[in-house]
Amino acid sequence: MKRLLTSTALLAALALPATAQEYTADPNAKAGGGIVVTYKDDVATLDPAIGYDWQNWSMIKSLFDGLMDYVPGTTELRPGLAESYEISDDGMTFTFKLRSGVTFHNGREMTADDVKYSLDRVTNPVTQSPGAGFFGSIAGYDAMSDGSATSLSGVEVVDPMTVKITLSRPDATFLHVMALNFASVVPKEAVEAAGDDFGKQPVGTGAFKLAEWTLGQRLVFEKNADYWRDGVPYLDTVTFEVGQEPIVALLRLQNGEVDVPGDGIPPAKFVEVMSDPEQAARVVEGGQLHTGYITINVNTPPLDNVNVRKAINMAINKDRITQIINGRAVPATQPLPPSMPGYTEGYAGYPFDPDGAKALLAEAGLADGFETELYVMNTDPNPRIAQAIQQDLSNIGIKASIQSLAQANVIEAGGTGTAQMIWSGGMAWIADFPDPSNFYGPILGCDGTVEGGWNWSKYCNEALDAMAVEADSITDPAMAGDRMAKWSDVYMGVMADAPWVPVFNEQRYTMKSARMGGADALYVDPVSIPVNYDYVYVTE
Amino acid sequence: MTAYLIRRLVQAVLILLGVSLITFFLLYALPADPVRQIAGRSATAETVENIRRQLGLDQPFVVQYWRYLTGLVQGDLGRSYLQKTDVSTLIAARLPATLLLMAGAIFCELMLGLTMGIIAALRRGTTTDNALMITSFIGVSAPQFVVGLLLLYVFAVKLGWFPIGGYGTFAHMVLPSITLGILGSGWYSRMMRSSMIDVLRQDYIRTARAKGLSRRRILLRHALPNAILPIVAMIGIDIGIFMGGIVVVESVFGWPGIGQLAWQAIQRVDIPIIMGVTLVSACAIVLGNLLADVVTPFIDPRIRVR
Repeated sequence: MKRLLTSTALLAALALPATAQEYTADPNAKAGGGIVVTYKDDVATLDPAIGYDWQNWSMIKSLFDGLMDYVPGTTELRPGLAESYEISDDGMTFTFKLRSGVTFHNGREMTADDVKYSLDRVTNPVTQSPGAGFFGSIAGYDAMSDGSATSLSGVEVVDPMTVKITLSRPDATFLHVMALNFASVVPKEAVEAAGDDFGKQPVGTGAFKLAEWTLGQRLVFEKNADYWRDGVPYLDTVTFEVGQEPIVALLRLQNGEVDVPGDGIPPAKFVEVMSDPEQAARVVEGGQLHTGYITINVNTPPLDNVNVRKAINMAINKDRITQIINGRAVPATQPLPPSMPGYTEGYAGYPFDPDGAKALLAEAGLADGFETELYVMNTDPNPRIAQAIQQDLSNIGIKASIQSLAQANVIEAGGTGTAQMIWSGGMAWIADFPDPSNFYGPILGCDGTVEGGWNWSKYCNEALDAMAVEADSITDPAMAGDRMAKWSDVYMGVMADAPWVPVFNEQRYTMKSARMGGADALYVDPVSIPVNYDYVYVTE
Repeated sequence: MTAYLIRRLVQAVLILLGVSLITFFLLYALPADPVRQIAGRSATAETVENIRRQLGLDQPFVVQYWRYLTGLVQGDLGRSYLQKTDVSTLIAARLPATLLLMAGAIFCELMLGLTMGIIAALRRGTTTDNALMITSFIGVSAPQFVVGLLLLYVFAVKLGWFPIGGYGTFAHMVLPSITLGILGSGWYSRMMRSSMIDVLRQDYIRTARAKGLSRRRILLRHALPNAILPIVAMIGIDIGIFMGGIVVVESVFGWPGIGQLAWQAIQRVDIPIIMGVTLVSACAIVLGNLLADVVTPFIDPRIRVR
């Protein structure tokens, strides 16, 4: 079903106003009460232009809104602060009609000027937004980026309730971009008053507002009584307690002190939790847009030989690796996860065939194998997975030594290209939005091969890059099927060159307390991890 | 005394300068790019370079270090790369928790260590003595994260006597203080034992006994004050040992102190925080040692500073 999502979203774009995809409220939902969510690490920032880790992503989502949004628990786009939108026939101009009567937490009404200010802010290099590049298709982005302009020429305030955004190139993913946190609407006066500390004093239009932030201890979100969506949020407060080890968080949950352990179930405790029916009943399982993979540096011999890379693909026993993580994943056949549009159904990937792999190596003149290095992040279960990979490789004669390092060091080794092979666990790609293009550019495209880039295979196939650009130029919703077919071809092209071994697609497991209510989908919401705070509720 | 203090303070400044230089250099030489951590995985090459320039990380080492030093003398510890907040604010918010934990740990190690040491000394050569010394040996050797988790599991989860981690009330303080104090209590019990045995052999103790003082009075009035002297000097040095322990203990118990802050910063290459916590810890160690040296002459008039 998810295969159709992007196309339905684009189709819906034609209907004005788009109401067909609204969320149906949970009839059992009760307003009131509060929940406690724990995290190990401090919350870095709540500035929507800056925050870009999976911990603050969902928190920012509840404090701010953008023009676009997703139907809770799904990857289906719906209008947010925009009441409706219109796309020009050439797909180059988006006109958003804003909702009237939406107020910021400071009481002021949100207008088109705020939308323009917010987009100017996120693309201004002074803001140092990690998401600035997502807005690259808006006209005037380049001038912002090189500092020659302080305002995006492509964003125009037509009247206080209408914003017109003109693109410099067709971008089929633009509505998804407008649903990213980076596109959240912020009030200029609050940003300027807070100066550098807006991330600690956030003011948005979201379902919750920040009531308390005690550094290193807790944050309290309080219900925004004037929230523009009727009936939500249900909870009066959400308390985030930081500095809690996952294992301690689990003990506290069992003790009834915690409602959601934000860092999930610790791997060492997973089997114990799942084998206890009472606890397992409170675990919600769902897919996520994630792929764990091994990168193979195509610039370093003998890995520059495609047959060697294919041999490595055939040597890896993905089922066994999946078992190592207690079956918390499904073996992968290709870069895209199965729930992503553009996924190639029926493609089985490289088979697990050590003998075939050995034959390929022999063909490449490496019958005796060779020595290489495998980099891995040093947190459980990644070193164990690396050992399994090492063993699989040794079965076909490849002697890989494991370099188990801190995350930042592995990322550095990948970016500079010194790592021959990297197991991506702990740093693997999770999509920013449900579109196949999001799995390509930075990690498989030529742009990502620059020094420090995330394309750790240093794989650059210009023909596929051209195809990717072509695919994203198809903005006609009626042609969405063609676009997905093209993306499918791009990824099949990648598989033919074998710069990666796609190993598995991780499943998500969210544990909750017995008193928490709401549809399961809200607990594995693809956009809000771990849960969608705006729509969950407590039953007592 | 004044000249001595001035000399020690100058030494302290030089030590801190050395610590800052070495730490700064190590972090500079680290094979991990902080800008990549800030910019995230979707950033374009321009965004990365722009951030690098704005943070001054494109400058040579000497320039970066000089900038840091000039900020430092004005009391500016810089801004956290990822938390986007002044490091001094972050440390100030967490320092009280760490100091509280240290005070609790010092109390625990003194209570446990001295009691064990005195009993062992008085019962020298007996099974009690042996048992206590083995216990202290275990205390010195046990890894703190194991002790912490064990205490947490038994006394908080199973028995429910204490809260499972966290911060706020006296009850929250007990388990982390014990965990942090156990290591020192092992040392102290051994030191106290030998120091006490030594003192009990002295002539003045025999004299006291000969003039018919009660055993209790001999112990409390004559033996203990003398035996405890070397321990006092240790407490200052202890602060340094604690600085290592708090990283582990604070993480296990979710104690919002600077050790936890440092641990998070190390994982994310947040250099200004790592620098800040290192310097604050170095300050604490230097001051602790200084304090020990300055206080000792007051307790023991035989020792003079020159």
